[in-house]
Amino acid sequence: MIDFELEPQVIGRLQMYHAVAEQMVRPISREYDEHEHKPPTQFWETMWTSSRDSDLTPGSGRETPDPKRAGARSQRNLNTILSTEELCWGDAGLFLSIPNPGLGGAAVMAAGTPQQKERFLKRFREGKPKWGAMAITEPGCGSDSAAVTTTATRVGDDWLINGTKIFCTAGEMAAEKSEGFVVVWATVDKTAGRAGIKPFVVEHNTPGMTVTRVENKLGIRASDTAAIVFDNCRVPMDHLLGTAEVRKEGGFKDVMATFDATRPLVAAMALGVGRAALDYVRDFLKQHNVPVRYGISPHKLAAIERDFMDMEVNLKAARLLTWRAAWMLDTGKHNNLEASMAKAKAGLAVTHITQKAVEIMGPAGYSRRELVEKWMRDAKINDIFEGTQQINLLIVARRILGYSSKELN
Amino acid sequence: MISFELSEEQQMIRDTVGAFARDEVRPAARPADEQGAIPKELVAKASELGLVRSAIPEQFGGDGDARSAVTGAVIAEELAYGDLSIALDVLAPRLFAFPLIEMGTPDQQKRYLPRLGRPEFVPASAAVMEPQFDFDLNAMATAAQHRNGGFVLDGAKCFVPLAMEAEALLVFAASNPGAGLGGVDGFIVERGAAGLTIGEREKNMGLKGLATYELELKGCRLGPEARLGGERGCNFTRLTSQWRVALAAMAVGVARASFDYARDYAKERKAFGVPIATKQTIAFMLADMAIEIDASRLLVWEAAWHLDKGEDALQESYLAKNYAAAASLKIADNAVQVLGGHGYIREHPVEMWLRNARGFATLEGLATV
Repeated sequence: MIDFELEPQVIGRLQMYHAVAEQMVRPISREYDEHEHKPPTQFWETMWTSSRDSDLTPGSGRETPDPKRAGARSQRNLNTILSTEELCWGDAGLFLSIPNPGLGGAAVMAAGTPQQKERFLKRFREGKPKWGAMAITEPGCGSDSAAVTTTATRVGDDWLINGTKIFCTAGEMAAEKSEGFVVVWATVDKTAGRAGIKPFVVEHNTPGMTVTRVENKLGIRASDTAAIVFDNCRVPMDHLLGTAEVRKEGGFKDVMATFDATRPLVAAMALGVGRAALDYVRDFLKQHNVPVRYGISPHKLAAIERDFMDMEVNLKAARLLTWRAAWMLDTGKHNNLEASMAKAKAGLAVTHITQKAVEIMGPAGYSRRELVEKWMRDAKINDIFEGTQQINLLIVARRILGYSSKELN
Repeated sequence: MISFELSEEQQMIRDTVGAFARDEVRPAARPADEQGAIPKELVAKASELGLVRSAIPEQFGGDGDARSAVTGAVIAEELAYGDLSIALDVLAPRLFAFPLIEMGTPDQQKRYLPRLGRPEFVPASAAVMEPQFDFDLNAMATAAQHRNGGFVLDGAKCFVPLAMEAEALLVFAASNPGAGLGGVDGFIVERGAAGLTIGEREKNMGLKGLATYELELKGCRLGPEARLGGERGCNFTRLTSQWRVALAAMAVGVARASFDYARDYAKERKAFGVPIATKQTIAFMLADMAIEIDASRLLVWEAAWHLDKGEDALQESYLAKNYAAAASLKIADNAVQVLGGHGYIREHPVEMWLRNARGFATLEGLATV
């Protein structure tokens, strides 16, 4: 039965997140944009204490629905999507900087054994703030993640990891500045192609793992994006997530499984930024007595009304696609196609929505006194990370055409 | 609780209507477009699906099924996937029947619904649009003046499906001009009423199988009992939303038809020794089309869901319709483009779908859920 109704307790929780976004995040939003790399320590402390064990841990995103909860299926992924939008309405960069298992956790959840999940994720329920990160991109390979050159070599009972990774979200916090971990994707067999690529958990401050750079970015400046070098970095054998066996499509499938869970999440981040801009424009138009007239002949609409409605309906379309992708995850349906659809739509829609918002607001839109220009900069990343617009279109195209990556590339 | 799954009953309806659209409607689409006529046997077969009768209350001979805008959207999409002209034709009686079921007085229901509850196709329709370029549901030019306890209708209507054969029409007119949607009433005008002139059949760019007409209303006198809902009137805002959701759902159907055809063609057609679908420039076009079809459908379902909750859903329906209409046009256009020169030839259906899809931006009140 088609239903778009959020349950009262979900709405209640979203109101709480909204209050956090409005009262705690927005006031410091500009500060941590202007002062890149400055740690928002107090914000982290608060989020760490309040968000432990909540649905704000994307790393715990791929749990199978609990059949014991008769009737009421678990909507954990959907709830994460909803709270992500709410917090990113506050600030997407600060949201990304929140101490949690992050993408590293998502990889553990997707590829790890039950014992590994417990062992690596337990820390996020106790002690001081911690971060998890994922290292997959390399200087020579981005979207072509199957081409990773970082190697993992068996030496006795250990793995030796060698290579350079870039663009690791929360990489510095996970690798050096907390008791976190980095999940690094490395090949155990270069001749096996993507099947040989495996995820390894590297504990913080493991000798041989060095953060060499923290990037300066267009937006989401509150979130650290690190380059990490692995130089004979030694990790125990059981830090390999899942199986070491090189099967056809095996290792890379785990990367993909991670993306199926995280792409809707990135789409939800986009939604939050887009809604921030949309809400801002709506209030602005209201203050200036510019009506937005629904239901009248399109011939009578002013350009600004068309623009606004266009922004609004595209955001809504992106939201529905995103909810669907998360709902499929919650109901155990394969969502590879739908996750990429949501990500492609949301990334591009919100890029356009925020750019249009800057245009509509005129000088106030372009000025750093207001946050609109910041949202435009923040929005753009959603059309790039976790698979660019083009990579997601490629995935959608393969799915709808029934083509393999060999047939359509 | 959020769910994107149709109920089992809705899935069954979708499959049944979908199979009918694929096996019966689609093969008849091109001949209907070329000849400007829809075979009576096909219309009769469509009636057997109970498209109208199922919603007529049992006391009037129907099945008394609870109406649902979501179900209506599913049916509209499936039929339009077969052919838009035929979909609008076989669903036209709903334009008359559904407002009566939801908002009509007991007398109005008793008088008209038994006919529409019959198993055969009973033509009936509604007159909504008017021949102005900036036609606006909020500002109808057709006027209903109060006179001697009754009404006098004056004005012109266009795009009235099946007007010539309809046994009765629901004509919408401003009884309180300047009051926007709240100032509009529906009036039951029977076939042959004095002051009602049905013009020549319209010749349109698309929808060529569907017979639509202009109407002239000149001093058309009606008793008070002709007003939909009697003294209470109707909820016109809700009606406009139901129309928009139906048309938006049909836009999704046309878009899906175009996409499926273009996708299959692109996998068959070779250029430079490989199927053109293996080229990113074509593959990305198709991917974008697929995303926009799903986006449109979800917007339609969401608006329909609001209607099913009893809301007027003006904003949701308006946005969904405008979005789906624009997406449908773009997708049909892309389909022609994927086929290249072949898309331009009438041997393939995509040019017909492009002509049909162009209509959605213009059309209002041609179908309902």
